[in-house]
Amino acid sequence: MTAPRSKEQPFHLQKAGKSIASPNEHRVPAPTPSVIAPRFAIIRDLERCIGCQVCVRQCSFGAQAYDSAEDEVYGIDANCVGCQRCVAFCPTSALTVTERPARYRQNFNWRSDVIDDIKRQAETGGVLLTGMGTDKPQPIYWDHLLLNASQVTNPSIDPLREPMELRTYLGRKPDRVDVSTDALRAEAYLPPQVMIETPILFSAMSYGAVSLNVHESLARAAADVGTLFNTGEGGLHRKLRHYGDSTIVQVASGRFGVDLDYLNLARIVEIKVGQGAKPGIGGHLPGHKVSADVSATRMIPVGTDALSPAPHHDIYSIEDLSQLIYALKEATNYAKPVSVKIAAVHNSAAIASGIVRAGADIIAIDGLRGATGAAPKVIRDNVGIPIELALASVDTRLRQEGIRNQVSIIAAGGIRNSADVVKAIALGADAVYIGTAALIALGCTVCQQCHTGRCAWGICTTDPFLSKRLNPEIGAQRLINLLRGWSLEIKEMLGGMGINALESLRGNRHHLRAVGLTEAEMDVLGVRVAGT
Amino acid sequence: MKPRNETERLSNPYNDDKVMAACSIFGMMDISGKAVPGGDVIRAIANMHDRSNGLGGGFAVYGIYPEYADCYAFHVMYPNNETRSDVERYLIKSFAIVHSEEIPTQPAPHIQDPPLVWRYFLLVDSDQRGEQSEEEYVFDRVMTLNTSFPGALVFSSGRNMGVFKGVGYPEEIAHFFHLEDYKGYLWTAHGRFPTNTRGWWGGAHPFSILDWSVVHNGEISSYGTNRRYLEMFAYQCTMQTDTEVVAYAVDLLVRRHGLPIELAAKVFAPPLWKQIDYASQDERTLLTMLRQTYSSLLLNGPFSVIIARQGEMIGLTDRVRLRPLTAATKGDLLFLSSEESAIRLVCPDVETAWTPMGGEPIIGRLRESLPLPKENLEVAVA
Repeated sequence: MTAPRSKEQPFHLQKAGKSIASPNEHRVPAPTPSVIAPRFAIIRDLERCIGCQVCVRQCSFGAQAYDSAEDEVYGIDANCVGCQRCVAFCPTSALTVTERPARYRQNFNWRSDVIDDIKRQAETGGVLLTGMGTDKPQPIYWDHLLLNASQVTNPSIDPLREPMELRTYLGRKPDRVDVSTDALRAEAYLPPQVMIETPILFSAMSYGAVSLNVHESLARAAADVGTLFNTGEGGLHRKLRHYGDSTIVQVASGRFGVDLDYLNLARIVEIKVGQGAKPGIGGHLPGHKVSADVSATRMIPVGTDALSPAPHHDIYSIEDLSQLIYALKEATNYAKPVSVKIAAVHNSAAIASGIVRAGADIIAIDGLRGATGAAPKVIRDNVGIPIELALASVDTRLRQEGIRNQVSIIAAGGIRNSADVVKAIALGADAVYIGTAALIALGCTVCQQCHTGRCAWGICTTDPFLSKRLNPEIGAQRLINLLRGWSLEIKEMLGGMGINALESLRGNRHHLRAVGLTEAEMDVLGVRVAGT
Repeated sequence: MKPRNETERLSNPYNDDKVMAACSIFGMMDISGKAVPGGDVIRAIANMHDRSNGLGGGFAVYGIYPEYADCYAFHVMYPNNETRSDVERYLIKSFAIVHSEEIPTQPAPHIQDPPLVWRYFLLVDSDQRGEQSEEEYVFDRVMTLNTSFPGALVFSSGRNMGVFKGVGYPEEIAHFFHLEDYKGYLWTAHGRFPTNTRGWWGGAHPFSILDWSVVHNGEISSYGTNRRYLEMFAYQCTMQTDTEVVAYAVDLLVRRHGLPIELAAKVFAPPLWKQIDYASQDERTLLTMLRQTYSSLLLNGPFSVIIARQGEMIGLTDRVRLRPLTAATKGDLLFLSSEESAIRLVCPDVETAWTPMGGEPIIGRLRESLPLPKENLEVAVA
């Protein structure tokens, strides 16, 4: 794989002609002649443009080009993905990238995106791939839930003057503390508990899908803040192994990178059953992303496709899951909580109950709006249910069965800000995973091109030229800032509700009221309409 | 959410999930066990008249029924005689009734439209309870009665103790129930200032289950969390007030899980994690374990409470002390009160009076009774 690359000039040194020569022709299929109208317009203010070609060097999708004969920089709208990299880096603010208005005649049924998809499929004959979470307008229940605040009868608490506790322990809790036993003083009395200082964890994003610099940024930030990052299913690079105390390691259907060291260096071991962006299907890391480092970390040959089967081939039923849970507990000497991550689907509540009884210490539920490095578009946009409804029904069900305390719940999939975190905890979560929000902190603009491996922001790529665009030191600091800002905001909201420890908000739906929801929706969420 | 049953609709006119209230609380205990009449307690709570607004008052008295000391004394409110017949049929089926009578009352100027109030002295037949412990059996019957008979409410169910409460100022309720004629070694009292416009008889304090009683000043902002946790252990919060969860929580921790009351207080108002981090090894282990296991029973928001049971009275405030509580002693007497003035009114020559720290339980305990596992307490009690 290295041989052909060495013959090439680096992309940023190439002189692009009128026809775009891809810098990585062997990686990216040559563009098929397309009749799809370009979605974005690259508008260049020629009075401002100084012809410096920064945009040409920054664009990894071949949408900016330089014509040496004319000494002219110009845009190729058809290649533009709207990632805004060139706009951000243009030193004279000469560029605007905007969505083209009314590309087709307006039609509420045959929308532009629907027409584009059909045309694209007619051109390629394949499954349409995409990245990130669904961009369809499914209801976002967070925006229909409003928080409470104290007035008169209950003093609000000022977090700048009074203690305000966000510390959370993840892991199975017993039904009671038995003070009559001698075991009282033994540390091993409780099942293993993992402390986090803020209820926000970094969601699973595998090395290979994202760059090593992303992993390092996440690991450093998690260590600094006192929370955890999830390796995703692609193993943990040897360079990051000393961040084990800040790590959740994932065991997925492909078992990439799993060995005894990997399991034992982590704080939590997570079995990935499903993912909110693509419930029911597996994963596929194309061989061209499997570099030497990715190969060593995933323990697969260089250049081979990394295929994660849709199901675990040793889990065809709940009792099989239990076997894997206990196999992992055996392997880690019962010292680490085992988490099971599922996609939010129609019968999540019953599945979650089974997972608790199968021995899991933590359940992670990933909702419809969860993101992905690559998924069939039709799956991403149509399969699964919103996290709010799944979370509420799982929490309610586990309480009805009297087993809610036996498991910690992590909610994932579309958490956008600190208010979403607070609402998730009030609905019943112990903590949340954030993925997309963390990537946005690192520069992501949610342009949904992760599956191409050409991320201009150096995030979802293993191309060394692109991935070095993310400096892990700066990346870590940005993530630390994000978590700090959210944590401060969470404290403000808690204080307003007259609560000074996060645990008093968990499942406390009395602090939520609904606006604009149906009776049936409010019933599932367990909340009342605002004003009552 | 819809009301679950008729009781809620009838007894809580607004079907609020949680009724907020400010209040006055007072407690008085003679740790020698000497029974004292109600006069002092009534005067003390009346002295804090302005802390309530006439929408609820009540008292709990321990050592009140020595002649029926072995019987569970049920105090029951009825909307009418028809409901009373229904409930009595159920009681006859479930218990051996040693004695029953209407609780004597007298008209009080501002007490309007009182319900029928009866008391029953009950014994549990060992055949009837089967495998259940006597207390579990009684507990289940109380839960059933309070959810199955519209308008009827068992508001007192302990042995040798009794709760008296209703809508009115506490001194009016005392007059209504002739409380100056009763004697007990432990009294608690409550004057209520609910922030909705009507009181209802069931919503007055104390709240009681078995021989636990709770009077409470404050608003528990963790109510939803506490309630949903208790529901996992079959506690049904029928009265929809936050005080009820305190009674059930203490019942769960102390009676069913066997925690000493000192540790239960550490669950309700735990030290901050930072304080736990710096505690000695043993103490840290215990406190961490308690807080991890019972995090859903942390009582958050402003409160001061007086929790009582046979032989014990506990005063506690929230951990950042957002509601007042003063303690005082004289000889064998322990006083707990929202205001020190109320204590000094009835006992001008107190020996010590102080304001307890937030989260620090003040415990009065009958001398020579209720042996407790001391060795477990030492680590937890500062």
